[in-house]
Amino acid sequence: MRSLDSVFGIAGTALNAQTIRLNTTASNLANATTMAGSDADAFRAKRPVFKALVSEEMTNRAFPNQGGVKVDQIVDDPTPIRSLYDPSHPMADKNGFVYLSNVNEMQEMVEMMAASRSYQNNVEVINTARQLMMRTIDITKA
Amino acid sequence: MNLFSNAFGIHEKALQVRSQRMEVLARNIANADTPNYKAQDVDFKAMLKEVNKEYLNATHDKHYAALADAPDNGMRFRVPFNSSFDGNTVEINVEQAQYGKAASDYQATLQFLENRIGSIRKALKGE
Repeated sequence: MRSLDSVFGIAGTALNAQTIRLNTTASNLANATTMAGSDADAFRAKRPVFKALVSEEMTNRAFPNQGGVKVDQIVDDPTPIRSLYDPSHPMADKNGFVYLSNVNEMQEMVEMMAASRSYQNNVEVINTARQLMMRTIDITKA
Repeated sequence: MNLFSNAFGIHEKALQVRSQRMEVLARNIANADTPNYKAQDVDFKAMLKEVNKEYLNATHDKHYAALADAPDNGMRFRVPFNSSFDGNTVEINVEQAQYGKAASDYQATLQFLENRIGSIRKALKGE
């Protein structure tokens, strides 16, 4: 029964990865209206990059989740930063510009929905595997 | 019927292959958003054939190894209906459908096993 066992581990890694994706989306949305005094300090939207756990060495041996997924890195969105001319703003630079974040709220909402759907998919995977396991245990009652 | 050494016939092996397929599909679903991940599936026929295959044993120094039939692990890459920008070939709807089918296949094999156990039990009781 090793195979059905590892379904739980694999789907578990996916739940973890999708949670991180939801977290970054929440962080992006929270910082959508953050202003900064320079282009370098401006908030950039964060995106997780997933990676498949293909080999045994990449996983924890006590926890059978080979074939699962992990967050490899979190990268900044390359969309250019918007600047706004507002000399009265307390964070304005010497030319009177403030710098907005490059978060696109609409895109973040889509990302959030995609992440939650993927999460639900993996919960269903776990539920089905659990039901099959219970039926397998019941086999001796036949 | 050989009651004790081979009580469950092919179904015992079939259950193993079925549960392995569940694992492979779970992998695909987990990696639905991973760039460059290639979806895989199990070729049930090839795998079950592997179970019953017997390989030539080299019992003497001068025996040649049989070249043609290396063990086939039954794994095949899935051919996607549409390509994607990030090189991922998982199509979540296909995977969901296959996962549902795999679950019912597993239950079918389980049902065969249950029936077999039931009849053995009946035979033992002598009712």
